[in-house]
Amino acid sequence: MANIKISEQKVQQIEAICKDFNNEKGELINVLHKTQSLVGYLPAEIQEIIAKNLNCSVAHVYGVVTFYSYFTMIPKGEFPISICMGTACYVRGAEKVLDEFKRILNVPVGQTTPDGKFSLSCLRCVGACGLAPVVMVGDKVYGRVSPDGVKDIIKEYKQA
Amino acid sequence: MTQYKMHLLVCGGTSCGASESEQLFQNLKNEIIEKGLENEVQVITTGCFGFCEKGPIIKVLPDNTFYTQVKPGDATEIIAEHVIKGRRVNRLLYINPETKEAVSDSKHMGFYRKQLRIALRNCGFIDPENIEEYIARDGYAAIAKCLTEMTPAQVIEEMKKSGLRGRGGGGFPTGLKWEITSKSQADQKYVVCNADEGDPGAFMDRSILEGDPHSVIEAMAICGYCIGATKGVVYIRAEYPLAVERLKIAMKQASEYGLLGTHIFGTEFSFEIDIRYGAGAFVCGEETALIHSMEGFRGEPTIKPPFPSVSGYLGKPTNVNNVETFANVPVIINKGADWFASIGSEKSKGTKVFALAGKINNVGLIEVPMGTTLRDIIFEIGGGIKDGKKFKAVQTGGPSGGCLTEKHLDIAIDFDSLTAAGSMMGSGGMIVMDEDDCMVSIAKFYLDFTVEESCGKCAPCRIGNKRLNEMLEKICAGKGTMEDLDLLRNLSYVIKDTSLCGLGQTSPNPVLSTMENFYHEYLAHIVDKKCPSGQCKALLQYVIDEENCVGCTACARNCPVNAIAGERKGMHIIDQSTCIKCGACLEKCKFNAVFIK
Repeated sequence: MANIKISEQKVQQIEAICKDFNNEKGELINVLHKTQSLVGYLPAEIQEIIAKNLNCSVAHVYGVVTFYSYFTMIPKGEFPISICMGTACYVRGAEKVLDEFKRILNVPVGQTTPDGKFSLSCLRCVGACGLAPVVMVGDKVYGRVSPDGVKDIIKEYKQA
Repeated sequence: MTQYKMHLLVCGGTSCGASESEQLFQNLKNEIIEKGLENEVQVITTGCFGFCEKGPIIKVLPDNTFYTQVKPGDATEIIAEHVIKGRRVNRLLYINPETKEAVSDSKHMGFYRKQLRIALRNCGFIDPENIEEYIARDGYAAIAKCLTEMTPAQVIEEMKKSGLRGRGGGGFPTGLKWEITSKSQADQKYVVCNADEGDPGAFMDRSILEGDPHSVIEAMAICGYCIGATKGVVYIRAEYPLAVERLKIAMKQASEYGLLGTHIFGTEFSFEIDIRYGAGAFVCGEETALIHSMEGFRGEPTIKPPFPSVSGYLGKPTNVNNVETFANVPVIINKGADWFASIGSEKSKGTKVFALAGKINNVGLIEVPMGTTLRDIIFEIGGGIKDGKKFKAVQTGGPSGGCLTEKHLDIAIDFDSLTAAGSMMGSGGMIVMDEDDCMVSIAKFYLDFTVEESCGKCAPCRIGNKRLNEMLEKICAGKGTMEDLDLLRNLSYVIKDTSLCGLGQTSPNPVLSTMENFYHEYLAHIVDKKCPSGQCKALLQYVIDEENCVGCTACARNCPVNAIAGERKGMHIIDQSTCIKCGACLEKCKFNAVFIK
């Protein structure tokens, strides 16, 4: 099912990560964290490599990957956009901000634009509730975002 | 050690960090070096001051000056005026919204006056990356006292006497939990710190770890001594990079100082701490789910008993406490159980940290004695409702809690009074809502959350919450019937009674409490097909006012579905059957002729 061929070098790096954790099945979540920060996402092919090294079933790995919202099987865009949908942001209008991002980028939540530039996701509370509603692009936090301000944020990265 | 004459404390919490507090810190440092003051004035980054609404914050000691909304560009002026000439920079002071006067000393701010900071005692006061500052504030004195002067049983007795209850939501007596775990027989036991703060809108655990990580480390070691564990694990959200980093630094420093490792304080006691990362699952706040996640599995809860105190992490007796609970422990040992028990209400001792957010003037992190009223919290500390609007409800306890209203404002809040009022303490999230919020939508918002976060193991939670959510969607779309209301209530009780873990047992609370307190809003949606707060899109009607419309055609040209008809310079009309309620006409009209009915 996996048709993305990752490089031999990446395979070795992933195997090295598994080895760092003594190929222990109980360290699966730590392995997935490290691997995702290396590759950016966790496609089926990578899950197979990890399952083989930790000596567990691919189903087990897949079960864990899909259980936790932090892990993704879809590559993130060059500029990942996350809209905080914590309660504080919600009551201060985060949904309208999200709708505007969806409208302008023309992608649903959890997807990446066809040019690979932007991906859109929701997250639960970054803890910057004083700045609600909050939007994150990569590591940069934008506070007090209004639906009108959305196009300016996107513009900032379009040229980049 | 250098004796500084003046200290500039710059908030390095996440909220202030998002407003360039790091650049501000750098600028202040550079400025000080430039003026040759580095031996007289110290600039440090601290944890959160709690007053996130007006960040970034700088506090100047010893005169207690509190600067708000400071920009990196203000550094030069602060150094030139305040530090060198001793004159406060008035334009950066906090303005009392009532008297319109500048408040120079944080002690006189309404936000701080009614607070009592125990768990947050060091947040915004010390440099969290410097163990010596923690030690200077009686840090690690409690563990020293426990190891050298007290037996584990005596420490447990002290904890029981203090009346401390778990701050993560359950409210289980901490001392009792320790005692139970201490009595389990095993070759290895574990102390687990639950730092998987999943409640949206609550950020106290993160702030404690960012602002005072050593207090958690010290408390975990004390717990280890009491229950007979030599290993501790902090289970923390991967989404909290700053907290993880500060915790790691603190653990390293503690090891270097011999406060973690073997033979602590020359005794036989050894303790070490490991970090495990969560990966974003709300259900992992539940002890058994958290333990499964630590073991590398899906975070699904299991039936208790066996309790983790008997069989937990890797099948060994495990004591799980929350970050805020741990942060209270060293103070209790240092100042005594009697002192702690003298604060708070009859059955809930000490203080509680609340994350105050939503439609409130002073968003931030606050800590008040148990038994403070909601009114004091919202109107005194929180400074009232934003934009002079009317208070409508406050949601406590996050997705598991309920909405409280005007009539609950004078309840002295603690674990039991909140439960009695149909809500709960939870981890301490407190979201304030005003007249513009639709309570049916709020209930739906929480159910959206629960549906997504339900682990799927038991049917009532997995299927039941989904059905609740669908009914709420139907009501918000104006298609609800009176029968749906009965179904909502009945199903809610079934889910509460039959779910496996705390998530499902509390998930219908937002529905039940809004139905109880805002029944008229449900009726308005169902019978009148109206959303009184104008939030539910499907129930809105955009109408053009005859008086104000000048016939400029701006609305008609911008309508994406051509639902607006009318001649140039003539009155325009919106065809309600075609209108998709996008609001483009309202936005484009320059004459205030479009309004929502």
